[in-house]
Amino acid sequence: MSTIVAGQSLPESRSSPAFRFAMLLPGGLVTFFLILFALGLVLFLAFRGNDGSLLGAGLTVANFATVASEPLYWTVTLRSLAIAGLVTLATVVTAYPVAYYLAFHAGRRRGLLLFLVTLPFWTSYLLRVFAWKIVLAYNGVLNSALIESGIWSEPTLAFLNTPAAVVVTLAHAYAPFAILPIYVALDTIPKSLLEAASDLGARPFTSFRRVVLPNSMPGVLAAALVVFVPTVGDYVTPAMVGGPASTMIGSLIQSEFGKANDWPFGAALSVCVMLVILCVVLVARGADRRFGSRT
Amino acid sequence: MSTARTEANAGGRWLGAYVLAYLVFLYLPILLIPLFSFNDSIQAAFPLQGFTLQWYATLYGNPALSGALANSLVIGTIAASGATLCGITVSYMDLYGRSPLAATISAIARLPILIPGVIVGISLLILVNLVGFGPSRVAIVLGHILVALPTTVVVMRSRFAAIPKTIREAALDLGASDWTTFRRVMLPLSLPAVLSAFMLAFLTSFDEFIVVFFLAGTEPTLPLYIWSQLRFPRSLPTVMALGTAILVASFVIAAFAEVLRHRGLGTARRTAAANPA
Repeated sequence: MSTIVAGQSLPESRSSPAFRFAMLLPGGLVTFFLILFALGLVLFLAFRGNDGSLLGAGLTVANFATVASEPLYWTVTLRSLAIAGLVTLATVVTAYPVAYYLAFHAGRRRGLLLFLVTLPFWTSYLLRVFAWKIVLAYNGVLNSALIESGIWSEPTLAFLNTPAAVVVTLAHAYAPFAILPIYVALDTIPKSLLEAASDLGARPFTSFRRVVLPNSMPGVLAAALVVFVPTVGDYVTPAMVGGPASTMIGSLIQSEFGKANDWPFGAALSVCVMLVILCVVLVARGADRRFGSRT
Repeated sequence: MSTARTEANAGGRWLGAYVLAYLVFLYLPILLIPLFSFNDSIQAAFPLQGFTLQWYATLYGNPALSGALANSLVIGTIAASGATLCGITVSYMDLYGRSPLAATISAIARLPILIPGVIVGISLLILVNLVGFGPSRVAIVLGHILVALPTTVVVMRSRFAAIPKTIREAALDLGASDWTTFRRVMLPLSLPAVLSAFMLAFLTSFDEFIVVFFLAGTEPTLPLYIWSQLRFPRSLPTVMALGTAILVASFVIAAFAEVLRHRGLGTARRTAAANPA
Protein backbone atom coordinates (compact mmCIF):
# COMPACT_ATOMS: atom_id res chain seq x y z
CA MET A 1 0.00 0.00 0.00
CA SER A 2 2.76 2.38 0.91
CA THR A 3 4.38 1.85 -2.48
CA ILE A 4 1.22 3.04 -4.18
CA VAL A 5 1.03 6.18 -2.09
CA ALA A 6 4.73 7.01 -2.10
CA GLY A 7 5.62 10.03 -4.18
CA GLN A 8 2.05 11.24 -4.47
CA SER A 9 0.45 13.65 -2.08
CA LEU A 10 -1.52 11.83 0.55
CA PRO A 11 -5.23 11.50 -0.06
CA GLU A 12 -7.34 13.51 2.33
CA SER A 13 -9.54 10.55 3.18
CA ARG A 14 -6.75 9.16 5.41
CA SER A 15 -7.44 11.87 7.97
CA SER A 16 -9.70 10.40 10.59
CA PRO A 17 -12.75 12.51 11.43
CA ALA A 18 -12.03 12.21 15.17
CA PHE A 19 -8.52 13.63 14.70
CA ARG A 20 -9.79 16.50 12.57
CA PHE A 21 -12.54 17.30 15.05
CA ALA A 22 -10.17 17.28 18.05
CA MET A 23 -7.64 19.44 16.24
CA LEU A 24 -10.17 21.97 14.97
CA LEU A 25 -12.14 22.22 18.22
CA PRO A 26 -9.96 24.56 20.39
CA GLY A 27 -9.26 27.03 17.59
CA GLY A 28 -12.83 26.80 16.33
CA LEU A 29 -14.30 27.57 19.76
CA VAL A 30 -12.00 30.54 20.31
CA THR A 31 -12.33 32.05 16.85
CA PHE A 32 -16.07 31.58 16.35
CA PHE A 33 -17.25 32.16 19.91
CA LEU A 34 -14.74 34.63 21.41
CA ILE A 35 -14.02 36.61 18.24
CA LEU A 36 -16.89 36.41 15.74
CA PHE A 37 -19.79 35.95 18.17
CA ALA A 38 -18.41 38.60 20.57
CA LEU A 39 -17.97 41.10 17.70
CA GLY A 40 -21.48 40.20 16.53
CA LEU A 41 -22.77 41.14 19.99
CA VAL A 42 -21.11 44.56 19.70
CA LEU A 43 -22.75 45.10 16.31
CA PHE A 44 -26.13 43.99 17.68
CA LEU A 45 -25.85 46.17 20.79
CA ALA A 46 -24.97 49.21 18.64
CA PHE A 47 -28.50 49.11 17.18
CA ARG A 48 -30.24 48.87 20.58
CA GLY A 49 -31.52 51.55 22.94
CA ASN A 50 -30.08 51.91 26.43
CA ASP A 51 -32.60 50.78 29.05
CA GLY A 52 -30.05 49.72 31.62
CA SER A 53 -30.29 46.03 30.74
CA LEU A 54 -27.37 44.04 29.32
CA LEU A 55 -28.52 43.85 25.71
CA GLY A 56 -30.63 47.03 25.63
CA ALA A 57 -34.07 47.29 24.05
CA GLY A 58 -35.69 47.86 20.69
CA LEU A 59 -34.06 48.33 17.33
CA THR A 60 -32.81 51.83 16.58
CA VAL A 61 -30.21 53.82 14.70
CA ALA A 62 -30.38 56.60 17.32
CA ASN A 63 -26.86 55.82 18.58
CA PHE A 64 -25.38 56.37 15.13
CA ALA A 65 -27.54 59.47 14.63
CA THR A 66 -26.06 60.93 17.83
CA VAL A 67 -22.51 60.09 16.74
CA ALA A 68 -23.11 61.76 13.37
CA SER A 69 -24.91 64.86 14.67
CA GLU A 70 -22.84 65.83 17.70
CA PRO A 71 -19.72 67.87 16.80
CA LEU A 72 -17.91 66.43 19.85
CA TYR A 73 -17.71 62.98 18.26
CA TRP A 74 -16.46 64.38 14.96
CA THR A 75 -13.79 66.36 16.81
CA VAL A 76 -12.65 63.37 18.84
CA THR A 77 -12.71 61.03 15.83
CA LEU A 78 -10.71 63.43 13.69
CA ARG A 79 -8.27 63.98 16.56
CA SER A 80 -7.83 60.21 16.98
CA LEU A 81 -7.21 59.84 13.25
CA ALA A 82 -4.73 62.74 13.27
CA ILE A 83 -2.84 61.39 16.30
CA ALA A 84 -2.82 57.80 15.00
CA GLY A 85 -1.83 59.02 11.53
CA LEU A 86 1.06 61.09 12.89
CA VAL A 87 2.21 58.24 15.13
CA THR A 88 2.07 55.80 12.20
CA LEU A 89 4.00 58.17 9.94
CA ALA A 90 6.64 58.88 12.60
CA THR A 91 7.05 55.19 13.54
CA VAL A 92 7.32 53.93 9.97
CA VAL A 93 9.67 56.70 8.76
CA THR A 94 12.01 56.29 11.75
CA ALA A 95 11.86 52.47 11.61
CA TYR A 96 12.65 52.20 7.89
CA PRO A 97 16.39 53.07 8.12
CA VAL A 98 16.75 50.63 11.03
CA ALA A 99 15.12 47.85 9.03
CA TYR A 100 17.27 48.79 6.03
CA TYR A 101 20.44 48.58 8.11
CA LEU A 102 19.34 45.21 9.52
CA ALA A 103 18.65 43.81 6.06
CA PHE A 104 21.70 45.09 4.18
CA HIS A 105 24.45 46.27 6.55
CA ALA A 106 24.17 44.49 9.89
CA GLY A 107 26.25 41.44 8.98
CA ARG A 108 27.08 39.32 12.00
CA ARG A 109 25.40 41.76 14.38
CA ARG A 110 22.01 41.20 12.71
CA GLY A 111 20.73 38.61 15.18
CA LEU A 112 21.65 40.67 18.20
CA LEU A 113 20.21 43.89 16.75
CA LEU A 114 16.96 42.19 15.72
CA PHE A 115 16.66 40.90 19.25
CA LEU A 116 17.36 44.34 20.75
CA VAL A 117 14.76 46.14 18.66
CA THR A 118 12.05 43.57 19.33
CA LEU A 119 12.74 43.14 23.05
CA PRO A 120 10.78 46.24 24.19
CA PHE A 121 7.75 44.75 22.40
CA TRP A 122 7.60 42.10 25.14
CA THR A 123 7.77 44.54 28.04
CA SER A 124 4.79 46.09 29.75
CA TYR A 125 3.00 48.69 27.62
CA LEU A 126 1.75 50.33 30.82
CA LEU A 127 5.32 50.72 32.10
CA ARG A 128 6.52 52.19 28.80
CA VAL A 129 3.76 54.82 28.99
CA PHE A 130 4.46 55.40 32.68
CA ALA A 131 8.11 56.05 31.83
CA TRP A 132 7.03 58.96 29.62
CA LYS A 133 4.86 60.35 32.39
CA ILE A 134 7.88 60.67 34.68
CA VAL A 135 9.93 62.11 31.79
CA LEU A 136 7.42 64.82 30.88
CA ALA A 137 5.98 65.74 34.29
CA TYR A 138 6.19 69.31 35.69
CA ASN A 139 8.74 68.24 38.30
CA GLY A 140 9.89 65.36 36.14
CA VAL A 141 13.03 64.11 34.41
CA LEU A 142 13.09 66.41 31.37
CA ASN A 143 12.31 69.62 33.26
CA SER A 144 14.80 68.89 36.03
CA ALA A 145 17.50 67.88 33.54
CA LEU A 146 17.02 71.10 31.56
CA ILE A 147 17.25 73.22 34.71
CA GLU A 148 20.18 71.24 36.09
CA SER A 149 22.11 71.79 32.87
CA GLY A 150 21.31 75.52 32.92
CA ILE A 151 19.32 75.54 29.66
CA TRP A 152 16.14 76.66 31.39
CA SER A 153 15.65 78.49 34.65
CA GLU A 154 12.11 77.35 35.45
CA PRO A 155 10.17 74.14 34.88
CA THR A 156 7.54 74.27 32.16
CA LEU A 157 4.08 72.79 32.01
CA ALA A 158 4.37 72.61 28.26
CA PHE A 159 5.32 68.90 28.02
CA LEU A 160 2.67 66.94 29.87
CA ASN A 161 -1.03 66.94 29.00
CA THR A 162 -0.66 67.88 25.36
CA PRO A 163 -1.54 65.99 22.16
CA ALA A 164 2.17 66.17 21.29
CA ALA A 165 2.94 64.17 24.46
CA VAL A 166 0.46 61.52 23.27
CA VAL A 167 2.10 61.35 19.83
CA VAL A 168 5.63 60.99 21.25
CA THR A 169 4.59 58.41 23.85
CA LEU A 170 2.60 56.30 21.38
CA ALA A 171 5.36 56.51 18.77
CA HIS A 172 7.81 55.21 21.36
CA ALA A 173 5.45 52.53 22.69
CA TYR A 174 4.69 51.12 19.23
CA ALA A 175 8.14 51.62 17.65
CA PRO A 176 9.08 47.90 17.82
CA PHE A 177 5.90 46.97 15.88
CA ALA A 178 7.08 48.72 12.73
CA ILE A 179 10.60 47.39 12.25
CA LEU A 180 9.89 43.68 11.81
CA PRO A 181 7.44 43.81 8.85
CA ILE A 182 9.68 46.28 6.96
CA TYR A 183 12.77 44.18 7.71
CA VAL A 184 11.10 41.01 6.42
CA ALA A 185 10.03 42.79 3.21
CA LEU A 186 13.55 44.19 2.65
CA ASP A 187 15.24 40.90 3.48
CA THR A 188 13.17 38.95 0.95
CA ILE A 189 14.02 41.23 -2.00
CA PRO A 190 16.00 38.95 -4.33
CA LYS A 191 19.66 40.03 -4.31
CA SER A 192 19.71 39.53 -8.09
CA LEU A 193 17.42 42.57 -8.47
CA LEU A 194 19.94 44.79 -6.66
CA GLU A 195 22.84 43.35 -8.66
CA ALA A 196 20.94 43.90 -11.91
CA ALA A 197 20.26 47.53 -10.97
CA SER A 198 23.92 48.14 -10.15
CA ASP A 199 25.13 46.29 -13.27
CA LEU A 200 22.86 48.43 -15.41
CA GLY A 201 24.58 51.49 -13.97
CA ALA A 202 22.09 52.65 -11.35
CA ARG A 203 23.64 54.83 -8.64
CA PRO A 204 22.92 53.55 -5.10
CA PHE A 205 20.25 56.20 -4.55
CA THR A 206 18.52 55.45 -7.86
CA SER A 207 18.53 51.74 -7.16
CA PHE A 208 17.08 52.45 -3.70
CA ARG A 209 14.34 54.68 -5.11
CA ARG A 210 13.44 52.52 -8.12
CA VAL A 211 14.08 48.99 -6.82
CA VAL A 212 14.33 48.71 -3.03
CA LEU A 213 11.64 51.16 -1.96
CA PRO A 214 8.84 49.89 -4.25
CA ASN A 215 9.68 46.29 -3.39
CA SER A 216 9.52 46.99 0.34
CA MET A 217 6.16 48.74 0.21
CA PRO A 218 4.15 45.64 1.28
CA GLY A 219 6.20 45.62 4.49
CA VAL A 220 5.77 49.35 4.98
CA LEU A 221 1.99 49.02 4.59
CA ALA A 222 1.85 46.07 7.00
CA ALA A 223 3.91 48.07 9.51
CA ALA A 224 1.63 51.09 9.12
CA LEU A 225 -1.40 48.89 9.77
CA VAL A 226 -0.07 47.20 12.92
CA VAL A 227 0.86 50.60 14.37
CA PHE A 228 -2.30 52.43 13.27
CA VAL A 229 -4.83 49.91 14.63
CA PRO A 230 -3.78 49.86 18.31
CA THR A 231 -3.03 53.60 18.42
CA VAL A 232 -6.34 54.75 16.95
CA GLY A 233 -8.23 52.95 19.72
CA ASP A 234 -5.85 53.69 22.56
CA TYR A 235 -7.21 55.09 25.82
CA VAL A 236 -4.32 54.54 28.25
CA THR A 237 -1.82 57.03 26.82
CA PRO A 238 -4.34 59.90 26.51
CA ALA A 239 -5.32 59.27 30.13
CA MET A 240 -1.71 59.17 31.38
CA VAL A 241 0.04 61.95 29.45
CA GLY A 242 -2.62 63.57 27.25
CA GLY A 243 -4.87 65.65 29.46
CA PRO A 244 -8.40 66.73 28.48
CA ALA A 245 -7.28 68.26 25.17
CA SER A 246 -6.24 64.86 23.80
CA THR A 247 -9.28 62.69 24.54
CA MET A 248 -9.40 59.97 21.90
CA ILE A 249 -12.20 57.77 20.61
CA GLY A 250 -10.92 54.87 22.73
CA SER A 251 -11.25 57.04 25.84
CA LEU A 252 -14.92 57.71 24.96
CA ILE A 253 -15.63 53.99 24.41
CA GLN A 254 -13.97 53.16 27.71
CA SER A 255 -16.06 55.74 29.56
CA GLU A 256 -19.33 54.57 27.94
CA PHE A 257 -18.62 51.09 29.31
CA GLY A 258 -17.52 52.60 32.63
CA LYS A 259 -18.66 55.83 34.25
CA ALA A 260 -21.07 57.00 31.52
CA ASN A 261 -22.65 53.52 31.50
CA ASP A 262 -24.31 53.63 28.09
CA TRP A 263 -23.21 50.33 26.57
CA PRO A 264 -25.25 50.53 23.34
CA PHE A 265 -23.77 53.94 22.58
CA GLY A 266 -20.26 52.68 23.37
CA ALA A 267 -20.93 49.74 21.03
CA ALA A 268 -21.98 52.17 18.28
CA LEU A 269 -18.73 54.12 18.75
CA SER A 270 -16.82 50.81 18.53
CA VAL A 271 -18.59 49.92 15.28
CA CYS A 272 -17.57 53.33 13.88
CA VAL A 273 -13.93 52.68 14.84
CA MET A 274 -14.05 49.25 13.18
CA LEU A 275 -15.51 50.84 10.02
CA VAL A 276 -12.67 53.37 9.96
CA ILE A 277 -10.14 50.55 10.36
CA LEU A 278 -11.88 48.57 7.61
CA CYS A 279 -11.49 51.56 5.26
CA VAL A 280 -7.81 51.86 6.17
CA VAL A 281 -7.27 48.13 5.61
CA LEU A 282 -8.99 48.31 2.20
CA VAL A 283 -6.86 51.29 1.17
CA ALA A 284 -3.72 49.44 2.33
CA ARG A 285 -4.83 46.33 0.41
CA GLY A 286 -5.37 48.40 -2.72
CA ALA A 287 -1.97 50.03 -2.38
CA ASP A 288 -0.39 46.64 -1.69
CA ARG A 289 -1.83 45.28 -4.93
CA ARG A 290 -0.53 48.29 -6.85
CA PHE A 291 2.99 47.59 -5.64
CA GLY A 292 2.63 43.95 -6.63
CA SER A 293 2.26 42.07 -3.36
CA ARG A 294 4.74 39.28 -2.75
CA THR A 295 2.89 38.05 0.31
CA MET B 1 31.94 49.77 -8.90
CA SER B 2 34.55 50.63 -6.29
CA THR B 3 33.11 54.13 -5.79
CA ALA B 4 29.68 52.60 -5.40
CA ARG B 5 31.04 50.27 -2.75
CA THR B 6 32.78 53.09 -0.85
CA GLU B 7 29.58 55.10 -0.96
CA ALA B 8 27.66 52.11 0.32
CA ASN B 9 30.14 51.65 3.18
CA ALA B 10 29.97 55.32 4.14
CA GLY B 11 26.17 55.09 4.00
CA GLY B 12 26.35 51.99 6.19
CA ARG B 13 28.37 53.85 8.83
CA TRP B 14 25.86 56.70 8.93
CA LEU B 15 23.03 54.19 9.16
CA GLY B 16 24.88 52.39 11.95
CA ALA B 17 25.10 55.62 13.93
CA TYR B 18 21.39 56.20 13.31
CA VAL B 19 20.52 52.69 14.53
CA LEU B 20 22.53 53.33 17.68
CA ALA B 21 20.64 56.60 18.30
CA TYR B 22 17.36 54.77 17.65
CA LEU B 23 18.22 52.10 20.23
CA VAL B 24 19.04 54.83 22.76
CA PHE B 25 15.63 56.43 22.09
CA LEU B 26 14.01 53.00 22.45
CA TYR B 27 15.67 52.08 25.74
CA LEU B 28 16.40 55.38 27.52
CA PRO B 29 12.84 56.08 28.77
CA ILE B 30 12.43 52.45 29.90
CA LEU B 31 15.78 52.49 31.75
CA LEU B 32 14.72 55.58 33.71
CA ILE B 33 12.39 53.35 35.73
CA PRO B 34 15.22 51.22 37.23
CA LEU B 35 17.39 54.34 37.63
CA PHE B 36 14.87 56.20 39.76
CA SER B 37 13.79 53.07 41.63
CA PHE B 38 17.18 53.31 43.43
CA ASN B 39 16.90 57.07 43.96
CA ASP B 40 16.39 58.30 47.51
CA SER B 41 13.54 60.71 46.68
CA ILE B 42 9.81 60.59 46.03
CA GLN B 43 10.31 62.78 42.95
CA ALA B 44 11.62 61.23 39.76
CA ALA B 45 13.88 64.20 38.95
CA PHE B 46 17.52 65.24 38.63
CA PRO B 47 19.82 65.65 40.45
CA LEU B 48 19.80 62.11 41.89
CA GLN B 49 19.49 62.11 45.67
CA GLY B 50 21.58 59.09 46.53
CA PHE B 51 21.24 55.31 46.47
CA THR B 52 18.55 53.49 48.43
CA LEU B 53 16.85 50.11 48.51
CA GLN B 54 13.94 51.31 50.62
CA TRP B 55 11.44 51.26 47.72
CA TYR B 56 12.21 47.59 47.14
CA ALA B 57 11.73 46.97 50.85
CA THR B 58 8.17 48.37 50.59
CA LEU B 59 7.37 45.63 48.07
CA TYR B 60 7.68 42.96 50.77
CA GLY B 61 4.78 42.26 53.06
CA ASN B 62 2.24 44.01 50.85
CA PRO B 63 -0.79 41.67 50.68
CA ALA B 64 -2.51 43.58 47.84
CA LEU B 65 0.65 43.34 45.75
CA SER B 66 1.32 39.67 46.41
CA GLY B 67 -2.32 38.89 45.69
CA ALA B 68 -2.09 40.68 42.35
CA LEU B 69 1.18 38.88 41.58
CA ALA B 70 -0.35 35.48 42.33
CA ASN B 71 -3.34 36.34 40.13
CA SER B 72 -1.10 37.40 37.28
CA LEU B 73 0.98 34.21 37.52
CA VAL B 74 -2.05 31.90 37.59
CA ILE B 75 -3.90 33.75 34.83
CA GLY B 76 -0.74 34.01 32.72
CA THR B 77 -0.04 30.28 33.01
CA ILE B 78 -3.59 29.18 32.15
CA ALA B 79 -4.04 31.74 29.36
CA ALA B 80 -0.64 30.88 27.86
CA SER B 81 -1.52 27.15 27.93
CA GLY B 82 -4.80 27.85 26.18
CA ALA B 83 -3.26 30.18 23.61
CA THR B 84 -0.42 27.73 22.91
CA LEU B 85 -2.84 24.81 22.47
CA CYS B 86 -4.89 26.89 20.05
CA GLY B 87 -1.76 28.14 18.28
CA ILE B 88 -0.50 24.56 17.76
CA THR B 89 -3.77 23.08 16.53
CA VAL B 90 -4.83 26.07 14.42
CA SER B 91 -1.51 26.38 12.58
CA TYR B 92 -1.10 22.58 12.16
CA MET B 93 -4.54 22.22 10.63
CA ASP B 94 -4.01 25.33 8.52
CA LEU B 95 -0.87 23.79 7.02
CA TYR B 96 -1.88 20.12 6.80
CA GLY B 97 -5.67 19.95 7.29
CA ARG B 98 -6.39 20.95 3.70
CA SER B 99 -9.87 22.17 4.51
CA PRO B 100 -11.45 25.58 3.99
CA LEU B 101 -12.64 25.51 7.61
CA ALA B 102 -9.08 25.12 8.95
CA ALA B 103 -7.88 27.98 6.74
CA THR B 104 -10.77 30.18 7.88
CA ILE B 105 -10.08 29.48 11.55
CA SER B 106 -6.42 30.33 11.04
CA ALA B 107 -7.32 33.60 9.31
CA ILE B 108 -9.77 34.61 12.07
CA ALA B 109 -7.25 33.64 14.75
CA ARG B 110 -4.91 36.35 13.44
CA LEU B 111 -7.74 38.91 13.25
CA PRO B 112 -7.20 40.36 16.78
CA ILE B 113 -4.16 42.21 15.34
CA LEU B 114 -6.67 44.34 13.41
CA ILE B 115 -8.95 45.04 16.38
CA PRO B 116 -7.99 47.74 18.91
CA GLY B 117 -7.64 46.36 22.45
CA VAL B 118 -10.46 48.52 23.76
CA ILE B 119 -12.92 46.79 21.38
CA VAL B 120 -11.62 43.30 22.23
CA GLY B 121 -12.16 44.28 25.88
CA ILE B 122 -15.73 45.56 25.55
CA SER B 123 -16.84 42.75 23.21
CA LEU B 124 -15.67 40.16 25.76
CA LEU B 125 -17.22 42.20 28.59
CA ILE B 126 -20.60 41.94 26.85
CA LEU B 127 -20.02 38.23 26.16
CA VAL B 128 -19.05 37.21 29.70
CA ASN B 129 -22.00 39.14 31.11
CA LEU B 130 -24.31 37.39 28.66
CA VAL B 131 -22.90 33.96 29.51
CA GLY B 132 -23.32 34.75 33.18
CA PHE B 133 -20.00 34.73 34.99
CA GLY B 134 -19.22 38.40 34.33
CA PRO B 135 -15.89 40.10 34.96
CA SER B 136 -13.71 37.56 36.75
CA ARG B 137 -10.48 35.64 36.46
CA VAL B 138 -12.10 33.30 33.92
CA ALA B 139 -13.02 36.34 31.81
CA ILE B 140 -9.41 37.59 31.97
CA VAL B 141 -8.10 34.19 30.88
CA LEU B 142 -10.44 34.23 27.84
CA GLY B 143 -9.35 37.77 26.98
CA HIS B 144 -5.67 36.92 27.23
CA ILE B 145 -6.03 33.77 25.11
CA LEU B 146 -7.42 36.07 22.43
CA VAL B 147 -4.70 38.70 22.80
CA ALA B 148 -1.89 36.09 22.70
CA LEU B 149 -3.44 34.00 19.90
CA PRO B 150 -1.91 35.81 16.88
CA THR B 151 1.56 35.42 18.44
CA THR B 152 1.25 31.69 19.13
CA VAL B 153 -0.28 31.02 15.69
CA VAL B 154 2.51 32.92 13.91
CA VAL B 155 5.31 31.27 15.95
CA MET B 156 3.91 27.74 15.53
CA ARG B 157 2.99 28.20 11.88
CA SER B 158 6.49 29.25 10.88
CA ARG B 159 7.90 26.35 12.92
CA PHE B 160 5.69 23.69 11.36
CA ALA B 161 6.34 25.15 7.91
CA ALA B 162 10.12 24.84 8.50
CA ILE B 163 9.89 21.07 9.10
CA PRO B 164 10.61 19.34 5.77
CA LYS B 165 7.41 17.90 4.28
CA THR B 166 9.15 14.55 3.69
CA ILE B 167 9.39 13.84 7.43
CA ARG B 168 5.63 13.94 7.92
CA GLU B 169 5.00 12.05 4.68
CA ALA B 170 7.46 9.33 5.70
CA ALA B 171 5.63 8.85 9.00
CA LEU B 172 2.27 8.60 7.25
CA ASP B 173 3.67 6.25 4.57
CA LEU B 174 5.03 3.96 7.26
CA GLY B 175 1.49 3.59 8.54
CA ALA B 176 1.43 6.02 11.43
CA SER B 177 -2.00 7.49 12.05
CA ASP B 178 -2.57 11.26 11.91
CA TRP B 179 -2.60 11.38 15.67
CA THR B 180 0.64 9.39 16.03
CA THR B 181 2.34 11.49 13.35
CA PHE B 182 1.29 14.67 15.12
CA ARG B 183 2.18 13.52 18.63
CA ARG B 184 5.31 11.44 17.99
CA VAL B 185 6.87 13.26 15.02
CA MET B 186 5.69 16.80 14.44
CA LEU B 187 5.20 17.91 18.04
CA PRO B 188 8.61 16.71 19.36
CA LEU B 189 10.31 18.37 16.36
CA SER B 190 8.68 21.68 17.23
CA LEU B 191 9.03 21.49 21.00
CA PRO B 192 11.36 24.52 21.28
CA ALA B 193 8.81 26.61 19.38
CA VAL B 194 6.03 25.33 21.65
CA LEU B 195 7.99 26.51 24.68
CA SER B 196 8.80 29.78 22.97
CA ALA B 197 5.14 30.38 22.06
CA PHE B 198 4.10 29.55 25.63
CA MET B 199 6.58 32.01 27.14
CA LEU B 200 5.66 34.81 24.74
CA ALA B 201 1.97 34.20 25.43
CA PHE B 202 2.67 34.24 29.16
CA LEU B 203 4.50 37.56 28.83
CA THR B 204 1.65 38.99 26.76
CA SER B 205 -0.81 38.08 29.49
CA PHE B 206 1.47 39.09 32.35
CA ASP B 207 2.00 42.61 30.96
CA GLU B 208 -1.42 43.13 29.39
CA PHE B 209 -3.46 46.11 30.55
CA ILE B 210 -5.84 47.41 27.85
CA VAL B 211 -8.13 44.35 27.70
CA VAL B 212 -7.84 43.24 31.33
CA PHE B 213 -9.09 46.66 32.43
CA PHE B 214 -12.61 45.69 31.29
CA LEU B 215 -12.60 42.06 32.41
CA ALA B 216 -11.27 42.14 35.97
CA GLY B 217 -13.66 41.54 38.83
CA THR B 218 -12.56 42.02 42.41
CA GLU B 219 -9.16 40.39 41.94
CA PRO B 220 -6.75 42.62 39.99
CA THR B 221 -3.70 41.52 38.03
CA LEU B 222 -0.30 43.16 38.46
CA PRO B 223 -0.76 45.84 35.73
CA LEU B 224 -4.15 46.74 37.25
CA TYR B 225 -2.52 47.03 40.67
CA ILE B 226 0.09 49.39 39.18
CA TRP B 227 -2.65 51.44 37.52
CA SER B 228 -4.48 51.79 40.84
CA GLN B 229 -1.26 52.99 42.52
CA LEU B 230 -0.50 55.65 39.89
CA ARG B 231 -3.12 57.94 41.41
CA PHE B 232 -1.02 58.35 44.56
CA PRO B 233 2.14 60.43 43.99
CA ARG B 234 3.67 58.98 47.17
CA SER B 235 3.58 55.44 45.82
CA LEU B 236 5.40 56.29 42.56
CA PRO B 237 8.82 55.09 43.84
CA THR B 238 7.24 51.79 44.89
CA VAL B 239 5.69 51.48 41.42
CA MET B 240 9.15 52.06 39.94
CA ALA B 241 10.69 49.34 42.11
CA LEU B 242 7.90 46.96 41.11
CA GLY B 243 8.25 48.06 37.48
CA THR B 244 11.96 47.30 37.57
CA ALA B 245 11.30 43.78 38.82
CA ILE B 246 8.69 43.26 36.08
CA LEU B 247 11.01 44.64 33.37
CA VAL B 248 13.85 42.34 34.44
CA ALA B 249 11.52 39.31 34.46
CA SER B 250 10.13 40.27 31.03
CA PHE B 251 13.61 40.74 29.54
CA VAL B 252 14.80 37.37 30.84
CA ILE B 253 11.73 35.44 29.66
CA ALA B 254 11.70 37.15 26.23
CA ALA B 255 15.42 36.48 25.76
CA PHE B 256 14.95 32.82 26.68
CA ALA B 257 11.98 32.50 24.30
CA GLU B 258 14.04 34.05 21.50
CA VAL B 259 16.97 31.69 22.03
CA LEU B 260 14.63 28.67 22.02
CA ARG B 261 12.91 29.78 18.83
CA HIS B 262 16.20 29.93 16.91
CA ARG B 263 17.80 26.87 18.46
CA GLY B 264 14.78 24.80 17.41
CA LEU B 265 15.10 25.87 13.79
CA GLY B 266 18.75 24.85 13.68
CA THR B 267 17.99 21.33 14.90
CA ALA B 268 15.25 20.78 12.33
CA ARG B 269 17.49 21.92 9.46
CA ARG B 270 20.33 19.66 10.62
CA THR B 271 17.92 16.71 10.89
CA ALA B 272 16.71 17.40 7.38
CA ALA B 273 20.25 17.78 6.06
CA ALA B 274 21.36 14.51 7.68
CA ASN B 275 18.39 12.67 6.13
CA PRO B 276 17.92 14.15 2.68
CA ALA B 277 14.69 13.12 0.97
